[in-house]
Amino acid sequence: MAGLHGWNKWKWVLFFLLPSLAGLCLFIVYPIVSSFWLAFNEWNLLRPPEFVGLANFEELLNDSAFWNAVRYTLTFISIYIPTVFVLGLALALFLNQKLRGMVIVRTATFLPVVASWVVVSIIWKWIFNPQYGLVNYGLAQLGITGPAWLFEPATAVWALVITSVWKDVGYIALLYLGGLQAISESYYEAARIDGANRWQMLRRITVPLLTPTMFFVAITLLINYFQIFEQVWLMPMRDSAADRQVEVIVTEVVKNAFSYNRMGYASAMSWVLFALIFVITFIQLRLQKRWVYYEAD
Amino acid sequence: MRLTKTLDSAQAAVNPAAAHRWNPGRIALRTAQYATMILLIVIMVLPFAWMLSTSLKPQEFILSTTPQLIPDPLTFDSYARLAERINLGRTAFNSMFVAIVGTAGQILVSAMAAFAFARIQWRGRNLVFVLYLATMMIPSVVLVIPQFILIRQLGWANTYAALIVPGLFSAFGTFLLRQAFLQLPKDFEEAAFVDGANYFTIFFRITLPLAKPAMATLAIFSFMGLWNAYLYPLFVARREDVMTLPVALATLQGGPRALTEWNIVMAGAVVAVLPILIVYLFAQRWFVQGVVSSGIKG
Repeated sequence: MAGLHGWNKWKWVLFFLLPSLAGLCLFIVYPIVSSFWLAFNEWNLLRPPEFVGLANFEELLNDSAFWNAVRYTLTFISIYIPTVFVLGLALALFLNQKLRGMVIVRTATFLPVVASWVVVSIIWKWIFNPQYGLVNYGLAQLGITGPAWLFEPATAVWALVITSVWKDVGYIALLYLGGLQAISESYYEAARIDGANRWQMLRRITVPLLTPTMFFVAITLLINYFQIFEQVWLMPMRDSAADRQVEVIVTEVVKNAFSYNRMGYASAMSWVLFALIFVITFIQLRLQKRWVYYEAD
Repeated sequence: MRLTKTLDSAQAAVNPAAAHRWNPGRIALRTAQYATMILLIVIMVLPFAWMLSTSLKPQEFILSTTPQLIPDPLTFDSYARLAERINLGRTAFNSMFVAIVGTAGQILVSAMAAFAFARIQWRGRNLVFVLYLATMMIPSVVLVIPQFILIRQLGWANTYAALIVPGLFSAFGTFLLRQAFLQLPKDFEEAAFVDGANYFTIFFRITLPLAKPAMATLAIFSFMGLWNAYLYPLFVARREDVMTLPVALATLQGGPRALTEWNIVMAGAVVAVLPILIVYLFAQRWFVQGVVSSGIKG
Protein backbone atom coordinates (compact mmCIF):
# COMPACT_ATOMS: atom_id res chain seq x y z
CA MET A 1 0.00 0.00 0.00
CA ALA A 2 1.00 3.56 -0.65
CA GLY A 3 3.60 5.22 1.49
CA LEU A 4 5.16 2.29 3.33
CA HIS A 5 8.48 0.84 2.30
CA GLY A 6 11.36 -1.19 3.61
CA TRP A 7 11.57 -2.12 7.25
CA ASN A 8 8.50 -0.11 8.13
CA LYS A 9 6.38 -2.36 5.94
CA TRP A 10 8.07 -5.62 7.00
CA LYS A 11 7.38 -4.70 10.59
CA TRP A 12 3.67 -4.78 9.84
CA VAL A 13 3.89 -7.96 7.78
CA LEU A 14 5.61 -9.70 10.69
CA PHE A 15 3.14 -8.29 13.19
CA PHE A 16 0.16 -9.73 11.31
CA LEU A 17 1.68 -12.90 9.94
CA LEU A 18 4.07 -14.12 12.61
CA PRO A 19 1.56 -15.47 15.16
CA SER A 20 -0.08 -17.60 12.49
CA LEU A 21 3.08 -18.61 10.64
CA ALA A 22 5.02 -19.55 13.77
CA GLY A 23 2.09 -21.59 15.08
CA LEU A 24 1.56 -23.26 11.74
CA CYS A 25 5.22 -24.24 11.57
CA LEU A 26 5.24 -25.62 15.13
CA PHE A 27 1.87 -27.38 15.19
CA ILE A 28 1.37 -28.41 11.56
CA VAL A 29 4.57 -28.31 9.51
CA TYR A 30 6.90 -29.71 12.18
CA PRO A 31 4.49 -32.60 13.00
CA ILE A 32 4.20 -33.44 9.30
CA VAL A 33 7.98 -33.56 8.95
CA SER A 34 8.47 -35.51 12.17
CA SER A 35 5.73 -37.97 11.21
CA PHE A 36 7.49 -38.61 7.90
CA TRP A 37 10.76 -39.23 9.74
CA LEU A 38 9.00 -41.47 12.28
CA ALA A 39 7.72 -43.67 9.47
CA PHE A 40 11.32 -44.91 9.03
CA ASN A 41 11.77 -45.54 12.75
CA GLU A 42 10.69 -47.97 15.39
CA TRP A 43 9.46 -46.15 18.49
CA ASN A 44 7.44 -47.27 21.51
CA LEU A 45 7.65 -43.88 23.32
CA LEU A 46 9.79 -45.45 26.09
CA ARG A 47 13.15 -46.07 24.46
CA PRO A 48 14.68 -43.62 21.96
CA PRO A 49 13.51 -44.04 18.35
CA GLU A 50 15.54 -46.50 16.30
CA PHE A 51 16.07 -46.01 12.57
CA VAL A 52 14.86 -49.07 10.66
CA GLY A 53 14.84 -47.87 7.06
CA LEU A 54 11.98 -49.30 5.05
CA ALA A 55 11.22 -52.07 7.54
CA ASN A 56 7.87 -50.54 8.55
CA PHE A 57 6.72 -50.45 4.94
CA GLU A 58 7.90 -54.01 4.33
CA GLU A 59 6.02 -55.17 7.39
CA LEU A 60 2.94 -53.36 6.13
CA LEU A 61 2.95 -55.43 2.93
CA ASN A 62 2.59 -58.63 4.95
CA ASP A 63 0.30 -57.28 7.68
CA SER A 64 -3.01 -59.10 7.26
CA ALA A 65 -4.73 -56.71 9.72
CA PHE A 66 -3.74 -53.77 7.52
CA TRP A 67 -4.98 -55.43 4.34
CA ASN A 68 -8.20 -56.38 6.12
CA ALA A 69 -8.58 -52.68 6.97
CA VAL A 70 -7.88 -51.67 3.36
CA ARG A 71 -10.45 -54.19 2.18
CA TYR A 72 -13.13 -52.87 4.55
CA THR A 73 -12.32 -49.27 3.66
CA LEU A 74 -12.74 -50.04 -0.05
CA THR A 75 -15.87 -52.14 0.52
CA PHE A 76 -17.41 -49.34 2.53
CA ILE A 77 -16.47 -46.68 -0.01
CA SER A 78 -17.77 -48.69 -2.95
CA ILE A 79 -21.22 -48.97 -1.35
CA TYR A 80 -21.41 -45.62 0.40
CA ILE A 81 -20.10 -43.22 -2.25
CA PRO A 82 -22.40 -44.18 -5.18
CA THR A 83 -25.36 -44.21 -2.78
CA VAL A 84 -24.78 -40.77 -1.28
CA PHE A 85 -23.72 -39.37 -4.67
CA VAL A 86 -27.07 -40.29 -6.25
CA LEU A 87 -29.30 -39.70 -3.22
CA GLY A 88 -27.63 -36.33 -2.61
CA LEU A 89 -28.41 -35.27 -6.18
CA ALA A 90 -32.00 -36.51 -5.93
CA LEU A 91 -32.42 -34.64 -2.65
CA ALA A 92 -30.95 -31.45 -4.11
CA LEU A 93 -33.32 -31.59 -7.11
CA PHE A 94 -36.20 -32.11 -4.72
CA LEU A 95 -35.16 -29.31 -2.35
CA ASN A 96 -34.73 -26.99 -5.32
CA GLN A 97 -38.48 -26.99 -5.97
CA LYS A 98 -40.38 -23.93 -4.91
CA LEU A 99 -42.90 -25.26 -2.44
CA ARG A 100 -44.28 -23.88 0.78
CA GLY A 101 -42.49 -25.45 3.73
CA MET A 102 -39.41 -26.52 1.78
CA VAL A 103 -37.24 -24.40 4.10
CA ILE A 104 -38.24 -26.72 6.94
CA VAL A 105 -37.21 -29.78 4.94
CA ARG A 106 -33.88 -28.20 4.13
CA THR A 107 -33.28 -27.31 7.78
CA ALA A 108 -34.16 -30.87 8.79
CA THR A 109 -31.84 -32.51 6.26
CA PHE A 110 -28.94 -30.46 7.59
CA LEU A 111 -29.47 -31.34 11.27
CA PRO A 112 -27.39 -34.56 11.09
CA VAL A 113 -24.60 -32.66 9.34
CA VAL A 114 -24.01 -30.37 12.31
CA ALA A 115 -24.33 -33.12 14.93
CA SER A 116 -21.05 -34.78 15.90
CA TRP A 117 -20.11 -38.24 14.69
CA VAL A 118 -20.01 -39.41 18.30
CA VAL A 119 -23.62 -38.39 18.86
CA VAL A 120 -24.80 -39.78 15.52
CA SER A 121 -22.94 -43.05 16.12
CA ILE A 122 -24.52 -43.71 19.48
CA ILE A 123 -28.01 -42.71 18.36
CA TRP A 124 -27.85 -45.19 15.47
CA LYS A 125 -26.22 -47.81 17.62
CA TRP A 126 -29.38 -47.70 19.71
CA ILE A 127 -31.63 -47.64 16.65
CA PHE A 128 -29.82 -50.70 15.23
CA ASN A 129 -30.10 -52.60 18.52
CA PRO A 130 -31.31 -56.04 17.38
CA GLN A 131 -33.83 -56.56 20.20
CA TYR A 132 -35.06 -53.12 21.18
CA GLY A 133 -34.04 -50.92 18.25
CA LEU A 134 -36.40 -49.06 15.96
CA VAL A 135 -35.07 -50.64 12.75
CA ASN A 136 -35.78 -54.21 13.74
CA TYR A 137 -39.09 -53.15 15.25
CA GLY A 138 -40.04 -51.68 11.89
CA LEU A 139 -38.90 -54.82 10.09
CA ALA A 140 -40.88 -56.95 12.53
CA GLN A 141 -44.02 -54.98 11.66
CA LEU A 142 -43.45 -56.08 8.07
CA GLY A 143 -43.05 -59.67 9.20
CA ILE A 144 -39.27 -59.72 8.74
CA THR A 145 -36.90 -60.87 11.46
CA GLY A 146 -34.19 -58.23 11.51
CA PRO A 147 -30.48 -59.18 11.55
CA ALA A 148 -28.03 -58.69 14.41
CA TRP A 149 -26.74 -55.52 12.66
CA LEU A 150 -23.78 -54.20 14.65
CA PHE A 151 -22.82 -57.62 16.00
CA GLU A 152 -21.98 -59.24 12.64
CA PRO A 153 -19.36 -57.89 10.19
CA ALA A 154 -21.50 -58.23 7.04
CA THR A 155 -24.55 -56.44 8.46
CA ALA A 156 -22.42 -53.96 10.42
CA VAL A 157 -21.07 -52.60 7.14
CA TRP A 158 -24.63 -51.92 5.98
CA ALA A 159 -25.53 -50.29 9.28
CA LEU A 160 -22.44 -48.07 8.94
CA VAL A 161 -23.36 -47.16 5.35
CA ILE A 162 -26.98 -46.32 6.27
CA THR A 163 -25.84 -44.17 9.20
CA SER A 164 -23.22 -42.39 7.08
CA VAL A 165 -25.67 -41.69 4.26
CA TRP A 166 -28.17 -40.31 6.77
CA LYS A 167 -25.55 -38.02 8.26
CA ASP A 168 -24.01 -36.78 5.00
CA VAL A 169 -26.80 -36.65 2.43
CA GLY A 170 -27.85 -33.13 3.47
CA TYR A 171 -24.30 -31.87 3.09
CA ILE A 172 -23.92 -33.42 -0.36
CA ALA A 173 -27.33 -32.05 -1.40
CA LEU A 174 -26.28 -28.57 -0.31
CA LEU A 175 -23.14 -28.79 -2.47
CA TYR A 176 -25.31 -29.79 -5.43
CA LEU A 177 -27.75 -26.95 -4.68
CA GLY A 178 -24.87 -24.51 -5.04
CA GLY A 179 -24.18 -26.00 -8.47
CA LEU A 180 -27.84 -25.91 -9.49
CA GLN A 181 -28.04 -22.26 -8.54
CA ALA A 182 -25.21 -21.47 -10.93
CA ILE A 183 -27.02 -22.84 -14.00
CA SER A 184 -28.43 -20.03 -16.11
CA GLU A 185 -32.20 -19.89 -16.56
CA SER A 186 -31.79 -19.11 -20.23
CA TYR A 187 -30.97 -22.75 -21.03
CA TYR A 188 -34.30 -23.88 -19.62
CA GLU A 189 -36.18 -21.15 -21.43
CA ALA A 190 -34.60 -22.13 -24.73
CA ALA A 191 -35.38 -25.80 -24.07
CA ARG A 192 -39.01 -24.99 -23.31
CA ILE A 193 -39.36 -23.11 -26.57
CA ASP A 194 -38.00 -26.20 -28.32
CA GLY A 195 -40.66 -28.29 -26.56
CA ALA A 196 -38.40 -30.25 -24.21
CA ASN A 197 -40.00 -32.09 -21.30
CA ARG A 198 -38.76 -32.17 -17.71
CA TRP A 199 -36.79 -35.38 -18.08
CA GLN A 200 -35.04 -34.15 -21.23
CA MET A 201 -34.09 -30.93 -19.48
CA LEU A 202 -32.70 -32.83 -16.54
CA ARG A 203 -30.77 -35.20 -18.77
CA ARG A 204 -29.51 -32.66 -21.33
CA ILE A 205 -29.13 -29.43 -19.34
CA THR A 206 -29.03 -29.94 -15.59
CA VAL A 207 -26.78 -33.01 -15.42
CA PRO A 208 -24.13 -31.87 -17.95
CA LEU A 209 -23.90 -28.41 -16.39
CA LEU A 210 -23.71 -29.96 -12.95
CA THR A 211 -20.71 -32.17 -13.77
CA PRO A 212 -18.18 -29.72 -12.26
CA THR A 213 -20.09 -29.91 -8.96
CA MET A 214 -20.32 -33.69 -9.29
CA PHE A 215 -16.58 -33.80 -9.79
CA PHE A 216 -16.02 -31.71 -6.68
CA VAL A 217 -18.44 -33.89 -4.71
CA ALA A 218 -16.70 -37.07 -5.86
CA ILE A 219 -13.26 -35.75 -4.87
CA THR A 220 -14.52 -34.53 -1.48
CA LEU A 221 -16.23 -37.84 -0.75
CA LEU A 222 -13.17 -39.91 -1.65
CA ILE A 223 -10.78 -37.76 0.38
CA ASN A 224 -13.10 -37.79 3.41
CA TYR A 225 -14.07 -41.43 3.28
CA PHE A 226 -10.63 -42.92 2.86
CA GLN A 227 -10.24 -41.36 6.30
CA ILE A 228 -13.47 -42.80 7.74
CA PHE A 229 -12.96 -43.29 11.46
CA GLU A 230 -15.48 -42.33 14.17
CA GLN A 231 -18.45 -44.45 13.15
CA VAL A 232 -16.25 -47.52 12.63
CA TRP A 233 -14.48 -46.89 15.94
CA LEU A 234 -17.69 -46.40 17.91
CA MET A 235 -20.56 -48.32 16.38
CA PRO A 236 -19.78 -52.07 16.27
CA MET A 237 -20.91 -53.74 19.50
CA ARG A 238 -18.06 -54.30 21.92
CA ASP A 239 -16.45 -57.77 21.77
CA SER A 240 -18.73 -58.87 18.92
CA ALA A 241 -17.48 -60.41 15.67
CA ALA A 242 -18.06 -57.03 14.03
CA ASP A 243 -15.92 -55.34 16.69
CA ARG A 244 -13.04 -57.73 16.02
CA GLN A 245 -13.19 -57.73 12.22
CA VAL A 246 -14.54 -54.44 10.94
CA GLU A 247 -11.50 -52.17 10.83
CA VAL A 248 -10.64 -49.37 8.43
CA ILE A 249 -7.26 -47.79 7.72
CA VAL A 250 -7.57 -45.00 10.29
CA THR A 251 -8.79 -47.29 13.10
CA GLU A 252 -5.78 -49.51 12.33
CA VAL A 253 -3.44 -46.49 12.53
CA VAL A 254 -4.99 -45.41 15.84
CA LYS A 255 -4.78 -48.93 17.29
CA ASN A 256 -1.13 -49.31 16.33
CA ALA A 257 -0.23 -45.89 17.71
CA PHE A 258 -2.23 -45.73 20.90
CA SER A 259 -3.00 -49.34 21.86
CA TYR A 260 0.27 -51.00 20.78
CA ASN A 261 2.48 -47.89 21.15
CA ARG A 262 4.00 -48.49 17.72
CA MET A 263 4.42 -44.85 16.71
CA GLY A 264 6.75 -45.49 13.77
CA TYR A 265 4.68 -48.26 12.26
CA ALA A 266 1.46 -46.28 12.67
CA SER A 267 3.08 -43.24 11.04
CA ALA A 268 4.18 -45.37 8.09
CA MET A 269 0.61 -46.58 7.76
CA SER A 270 -0.77 -43.02 7.85
CA TRP A 271 1.61 -42.02 5.03
CA VAL A 272 0.47 -44.97 2.95
CA LEU A 273 -3.08 -43.67 3.44
CA PHE A 274 -1.95 -40.21 2.33
CA ALA A 275 -0.29 -41.74 -0.75
CA LEU A 276 -3.50 -43.64 -1.56
CA ILE A 277 -5.60 -40.48 -1.29
CA PHE A 278 -3.07 -38.55 -3.34
CA VAL A 279 -2.99 -41.13 -6.15
CA ILE A 280 -6.78 -41.47 -6.28
CA THR A 281 -7.25 -37.70 -6.37
CA PHE A 282 -4.60 -37.43 -9.09
CA ILE A 283 -6.33 -40.10 -11.19
CA GLN A 284 -9.63 -38.30 -10.75
CA LEU A 285 -8.08 -35.04 -11.90
CA ARG A 286 -6.75 -36.79 -14.99
CA LEU A 287 -10.07 -38.50 -15.73
CA GLN A 288 -12.14 -35.36 -15.32
CA LYS A 289 -11.60 -34.32 -18.96
CA ARG A 290 -13.60 -37.37 -20.00
CA TRP A 291 -16.80 -36.46 -18.22
CA VAL A 292 -16.69 -33.01 -16.65
CA TYR A 293 -18.11 -30.25 -18.80
CA TYR A 294 -16.88 -26.70 -18.25
CA GLU A 295 -19.05 -24.05 -19.84
CA ALA A 296 -16.17 -21.66 -20.51
CA ASP A 297 -14.32 -24.14 -22.75
CA MET B 1 -34.19 -18.60 0.11
CA ARG B 2 -31.97 -17.16 -2.57
CA LEU B 3 -30.62 -20.56 -3.55
CA THR B 4 -33.89 -21.92 -4.78
CA LYS B 5 -35.20 -18.88 -6.53
CA THR B 6 -33.30 -19.06 -9.76
CA LEU B 7 -34.23 -22.55 -10.74
CA ASP B 8 -37.74 -22.34 -9.42
CA SER B 9 -38.57 -19.41 -11.53
CA ALA B 10 -36.95 -21.31 -14.39
CA GLN B 11 -39.25 -24.22 -13.77
CA ALA B 12 -42.26 -21.98 -13.46
CA ALA B 13 -41.29 -20.38 -16.73
CA VAL B 14 -40.97 -23.79 -18.32
CA ASN B 15 -44.53 -24.69 -17.56
CA PRO B 16 -46.51 -21.46 -17.17
CA ALA B 17 -49.91 -23.00 -17.78
CA ALA B 18 -49.53 -25.46 -14.94
CA ALA B 19 -48.81 -22.68 -12.49
CA HIS B 20 -52.37 -21.40 -12.67
CA ARG B 21 -54.57 -24.39 -13.23
CA TRP B 22 -55.49 -27.20 -10.88
CA ASN B 23 -56.06 -30.49 -12.64
CA PRO B 24 -55.96 -34.07 -11.34
CA GLY B 25 -52.37 -34.55 -12.49
CA ARG B 26 -51.29 -31.44 -10.67
CA ILE B 27 -53.11 -32.43 -7.51
CA ALA B 28 -51.43 -35.85 -7.62
CA LEU B 29 -48.03 -34.20 -8.11
CA ARG B 30 -48.56 -31.85 -5.18
CA THR B 31 -49.70 -34.72 -2.96
CA ALA B 32 -46.60 -36.73 -3.88
CA GLN B 33 -44.39 -33.71 -3.25
CA TYR B 34 -45.83 -33.02 0.19
CA ALA B 35 -45.74 -36.71 1.10
CA THR B 36 -42.03 -36.75 0.19
CA MET B 37 -41.44 -33.62 2.25
CA ILE B 38 -43.06 -35.15 5.31
CA LEU B 39 -41.19 -38.42 4.79
CA LEU B 40 -37.87 -36.56 4.57
CA ILE B 41 -38.56 -34.59 7.74
CA VAL B 42 -39.50 -37.79 9.59
CA ILE B 43 -36.34 -39.60 8.41
CA MET B 44 -34.11 -36.72 9.47
CA VAL B 45 -35.80 -35.82 12.75
CA LEU B 46 -36.98 -39.20 14.05
CA PRO B 47 -33.54 -40.42 15.24
CA PHE B 48 -33.12 -37.18 17.23
CA ALA B 49 -36.66 -37.47 18.59
CA TRP B 50 -35.97 -41.06 19.56
CA MET B 51 -32.79 -39.96 21.34
CA LEU B 52 -34.74 -37.35 23.32
CA SER B 53 -37.59 -39.73 24.05
CA THR B 54 -35.27 -42.49 25.28
CA SER B 55 -33.45 -40.04 27.56
CA LEU B 56 -36.74 -39.14 29.25
CA LYS B 57 -37.81 -42.71 30.02
CA PRO B 58 -37.32 -44.55 33.30
CA GLN B 59 -34.90 -47.46 33.21
CA GLU B 60 -37.53 -50.21 33.16
CA PHE B 61 -39.27 -48.78 30.08
CA ILE B 62 -36.14 -48.70 27.91
CA LEU B 63 -35.97 -52.36 27.05
CA SER B 64 -39.43 -52.63 25.61
CA THR B 65 -40.16 -54.44 22.37
CA THR B 66 -42.93 -52.01 21.46
CA PRO B 67 -41.26 -48.61 21.21
CA GLN B 68 -43.10 -45.59 22.61
CA LEU B 69 -42.22 -42.24 21.11
CA ILE B 70 -43.86 -40.16 23.84
CA PRO B 71 -42.44 -41.26 27.20
CA ASP B 72 -45.11 -42.18 29.74
CA PRO B 73 -44.17 -41.80 32.55
CA LEU B 74 -41.70 -39.04 31.78
CA THR B 75 -38.68 -38.52 34.01
CA PHE B 76 -35.44 -36.55 34.10
CA ASP B 77 -33.88 -39.25 36.21
CA SER B 78 -31.38 -40.32 33.54
CA TYR B 79 -29.93 -36.80 33.42
CA ALA B 80 -29.30 -36.91 37.17
CA ARG B 81 -27.64 -40.29 36.78
CA LEU B 82 -25.63 -39.04 33.81
CA ALA B 83 -24.32 -36.25 36.05
CA GLU B 84 -23.11 -38.88 38.53
CA ARG B 85 -21.52 -41.05 35.85
CA ILE B 86 -19.51 -38.37 34.08
CA ASN B 87 -18.66 -35.08 35.73
CA LEU B 88 -21.31 -33.42 33.62
CA GLY B 89 -20.90 -29.81 34.74
CA ARG B 90 -17.15 -29.92 34.32
CA THR B 91 -17.26 -31.76 30.99
CA ALA B 92 -19.87 -29.39 29.55
CA PHE B 93 -17.84 -26.41 30.77
CA ASN B 94 -14.68 -27.84 29.18
CA SER B 95 -16.41 -28.28 25.83
CA MET B 96 -17.90 -24.80 25.94
CA PHE B 97 -14.66 -23.16 27.10
CA VAL B 98 -12.53 -24.89 24.47
CA ALA B 99 -15.02 -24.17 21.69
CA ILE B 100 -15.48 -20.47 22.55
CA VAL B 101 -11.86 -19.58 23.30
CA GLY B 102 -10.62 -21.70 20.41
CA THR B 103 -13.04 -20.09 17.98
CA ALA B 104 -12.23 -16.54 19.08
CA GLY B 105 -8.51 -17.23 18.95
CA GLN B 106 -8.66 -18.94 15.58
CA ILE B 107 -10.58 -16.03 14.06
CA LEU B 108 -8.11 -13.45 15.38
CA VAL B 109 -5.00 -15.38 14.29
CA SER B 110 -6.49 -16.29 10.89
CA ALA B 111 -7.77 -12.77 10.26
CA MET B 112 -4.37 -11.24 11.03
CA ALA B 113 -2.59 -13.64 8.68
CA ALA B 114 -5.27 -13.18 6.04
CA PHE B 115 -4.78 -9.41 6.31
CA ALA B 116 -1.04 -9.82 5.67
CA PHE B 117 -1.81 -11.97 2.63
CA ALA B 118 -4.63 -9.90 1.19
CA ARG B 119 -3.97 -6.27 2.09
CA ILE B 120 -0.20 -5.84 2.27
CA GLN B 121 2.12 -6.25 -0.71
CA TRP B 122 5.37 -8.04 0.10
CA ARG B 123 7.93 -10.16 -1.64
CA GLY B 124 7.42 -13.92 -1.17
CA ARG B 125 3.75 -13.50 -0.26
CA ASN B 126 2.44 -16.07 -2.73
CA LEU B 127 5.15 -18.57 -1.83
CA VAL B 128 4.23 -18.49 1.86
CA PHE B 129 0.58 -18.74 0.96
CA VAL B 130 1.25 -21.90 -1.06
CA LEU B 131 2.77 -23.40 2.11
CA TYR B 132 -0.54 -22.72 3.86
CA LEU B 133 -2.50 -24.38 1.06
CA ALA B 134 -0.16 -27.38 1.03
CA THR B 135 -0.76 -28.11 4.72
CA MET B 136 -4.50 -28.35 4.00
CA MET B 137 -3.87 -31.45 1.88
CA ILE B 138 -2.48 -33.53 4.71
CA PRO B 139 -5.05 -35.93 6.24
CA SER B 140 -5.72 -35.34 9.93
CA VAL B 141 -4.66 -38.89 10.80
CA VAL B 142 -1.11 -38.10 9.64
CA LEU B 143 -1.08 -35.23 12.14
CA VAL B 144 -2.60 -37.00 15.13
CA ILE B 145 0.45 -39.08 16.06
CA PRO B 146 3.15 -36.38 15.84
CA GLN B 147 0.85 -33.80 17.47
CA PHE B 148 0.25 -36.20 20.34
CA ILE B 149 4.03 -36.60 20.74
CA LEU B 150 4.58 -32.84 20.49
CA ILE B 151 1.96 -32.16 23.17
CA ARG B 152 3.74 -34.60 25.48
CA GLN B 153 7.11 -32.99 24.77
CA LEU B 154 5.67 -29.57 25.56
CA GLY B 155 4.29 -30.97 28.82
CA TRP B 156 0.78 -30.05 27.69
CA ALA B 157 -0.88 -33.45 28.05
CA ASN B 158 -4.28 -33.07 29.73
CA THR B 159 -4.36 -29.27 29.59
CA TYR B 160 -6.68 -26.77 27.93
CA ALA B 161 -3.66 -25.56 25.96
CA ALA B 162 -3.45 -28.94 24.23
CA LEU B 163 -7.09 -28.69 23.22
CA ILE B 164 -7.01 -25.05 22.13
CA VAL B 165 -3.58 -23.91 20.93
CA PRO B 166 -2.87 -26.22 17.96
CA GLY B 167 -6.33 -25.43 16.56
CA LEU B 168 -5.62 -21.69 16.47
CA PHE B 169 -3.37 -22.01 13.44
CA SER B 170 -5.83 -22.90 10.77
CA ALA B 171 -4.66 -22.75 7.18
CA PHE B 172 -8.28 -23.15 6.17
CA GLY B 173 -9.41 -20.18 8.28
CA THR B 174 -6.65 -18.04 6.80
CA PHE B 175 -7.64 -19.14 3.30
CA LEU B 176 -11.34 -18.38 3.87
CA LEU B 177 -10.73 -14.90 5.30
CA ARG B 178 -8.09 -14.06 2.69
CA GLN B 179 -10.67 -14.71 -0.03
CA ALA B 180 -13.10 -12.41 1.77
CA PHE B 181 -10.53 -9.65 2.37
CA LEU B 182 -9.45 -9.71 -1.29
CA GLN B 183 -12.98 -8.78 -2.31
CA LEU B 184 -13.12 -5.65 -0.14
CA PRO B 185 -12.76 -2.27 -1.88
CA LYS B 186 -9.46 -0.45 -1.33
CA ASP B 187 -10.96 3.05 -1.15
CA PHE B 188 -11.59 3.10 2.60
CA GLU B 189 -8.07 1.96 3.38
CA GLU B 190 -6.50 4.51 1.09
CA ALA B 191 -8.58 7.27 2.60
CA ALA B 192 -7.57 6.14 6.07
CA PHE B 193 -3.89 6.08 5.07
CA VAL B 194 -4.18 9.64 3.84
CA ASP B 195 -5.64 10.54 7.22
CA GLY B 196 -2.56 9.06 8.87
CA ALA B 197 -3.97 5.74 10.05
CA ASN B 198 -1.64 2.73 10.31
CA TYR B 199 -2.26 -0.93 9.43
CA PHE B 200 -3.33 -1.70 12.97
CA THR B 201 -6.16 0.82 12.85
CA ILE B 202 -7.13 -0.20 9.33
CA PHE B 203 -7.30 -3.86 10.32
CA PHE B 204 -9.53 -3.33 13.34
CA ARG B 205 -11.59 -0.37 12.14
CA ILE B 206 -12.07 -1.08 8.46
CA THR B 207 -11.21 -4.60 7.34
CA LEU B 208 -12.73 -6.61 10.18
CA PRO B 209 -16.07 -4.76 10.27
CA LEU B 210 -16.42 -5.10 6.49
CA ALA B 211 -15.68 -8.85 6.55
CA LYS B 212 -18.25 -9.77 9.20
CA PRO B 213 -20.13 -12.32 7.03
CA ALA B 214 -16.96 -14.32 6.29
CA MET B 215 -15.97 -14.19 9.94
CA ALA B 216 -19.41 -15.42 10.97
CA THR B 217 -19.03 -18.36 8.60
CA LEU B 218 -15.59 -19.18 9.97
CA ALA B 219 -16.87 -18.79 13.55
CA ILE B 220 -19.64 -21.31 12.94
CA PHE B 221 -17.38 -23.89 11.34
CA SER B 222 -14.66 -23.41 13.91
CA PHE B 223 -17.12 -23.73 16.81
CA MET B 224 -18.68 -26.79 15.25
CA GLY B 225 -15.30 -28.41 14.64
CA LEU B 226 -14.11 -27.82 18.21
CA TRP B 227 -17.40 -28.77 19.85
CA ASN B 228 -17.67 -32.01 17.84
CA ALA B 229 -13.98 -32.99 17.84
CA TYR B 230 -13.24 -36.53 18.92
CA LEU B 231 -10.09 -38.13 17.46
CA TYR B 232 -7.63 -35.46 18.63
CA PRO B 233 -9.04 -34.78 22.15
CA LEU B 234 -9.35 -38.52 22.70
CA PHE B 235 -5.58 -38.80 22.96
CA VAL B 236 -4.43 -35.46 24.35
CA ALA B 237 -7.13 -34.86 27.01
CA ARG B 238 -8.12 -38.10 28.69
CA ARG B 239 -8.25 -36.85 32.28
CA GLU B 240 -11.69 -35.98 33.57
CA ASP B 241 -10.88 -32.39 34.52
CA VAL B 242 -10.17 -31.45 30.89
CA MET B 243 -12.25 -34.08 29.08
CA THR B 244 -14.75 -32.76 26.52
CA LEU B 245 -18.28 -34.01 25.93
CA PRO B 246 -17.73 -36.23 22.85
CA VAL B 247 -14.91 -38.11 24.59
CA ALA B 248 -16.92 -38.51 27.80
CA LEU B 249 -19.94 -39.62 25.81
CA ALA B 250 -17.95 -42.23 23.93
CA THR B 251 -16.61 -43.73 27.18
CA LEU B 252 -20.18 -43.88 28.46
CA GLN B 253 -21.47 -46.00 25.58
CA GLY B 254 -18.54 -48.41 25.61
CA GLY B 255 -18.99 -49.79 29.11
CA PRO B 256 -20.63 -53.15 29.78
CA ARG B 257 -23.66 -51.53 31.40
CA ALA B 258 -24.23 -49.36 28.35
CA LEU B 259 -26.05 -52.31 26.79
CA THR B 260 -28.98 -51.69 29.10
CA GLU B 261 -28.70 -48.07 30.22
CA TRP B 262 -29.58 -46.50 26.92
CA ASN B 263 -31.56 -43.72 28.63
CA ILE B 264 -28.37 -42.43 30.28
CA VAL B 265 -26.36 -42.71 27.07
CA MET B 266 -29.09 -40.84 25.19
CA ALA B 267 -29.22 -38.15 27.89
CA GLY B 268 -25.51 -37.67 27.23
CA ALA B 269 -26.19 -37.42 23.50
CA VAL B 270 -28.87 -34.78 24.11
CA VAL B 271 -26.47 -32.67 26.17
CA ALA B 272 -23.75 -33.02 23.53
CA VAL B 273 -25.94 -32.21 20.54
CA LEU B 274 -28.34 -29.57 21.84
CA PRO B 275 -25.95 -26.57 21.88
CA ILE B 276 -24.75 -27.20 18.34
CA LEU B 277 -28.31 -27.69 17.05
CA ILE B 278 -29.34 -24.40 18.66
CA VAL B 279 -26.34 -22.60 17.17
CA TYR B 280 -27.23 -24.08 13.79
CA LEU B 281 -30.90 -23.09 13.95
CA PHE B 282 -29.99 -19.49 14.78
CA ALA B 283 -27.10 -19.16 12.37
CA GLN B 284 -28.36 -21.36 9.55
CA ARG B 285 -27.65 -18.72 6.95
CA TRP B 286 -23.91 -18.76 7.65
CA PHE B 287 -23.77 -22.54 7.64
CA VAL B 288 -25.43 -22.69 4.24
CA GLN B 289 -23.29 -19.91 2.87
CA GLY B 290 -20.13 -21.51 4.19
CA VAL B 291 -20.85 -24.85 2.61
CA VAL B 292 -21.97 -23.44 -0.71
CA SER B 293 -19.20 -20.88 -1.09
CA SER B 294 -16.29 -23.04 -0.13
CA GLY B 295 -17.53 -26.59 -0.14
CA ILE B 296 -16.09 -27.44 3.21
CA LYS B 297 -16.98 -29.77 5.99
CA GLY B 298 -16.75 -28.83 9.64
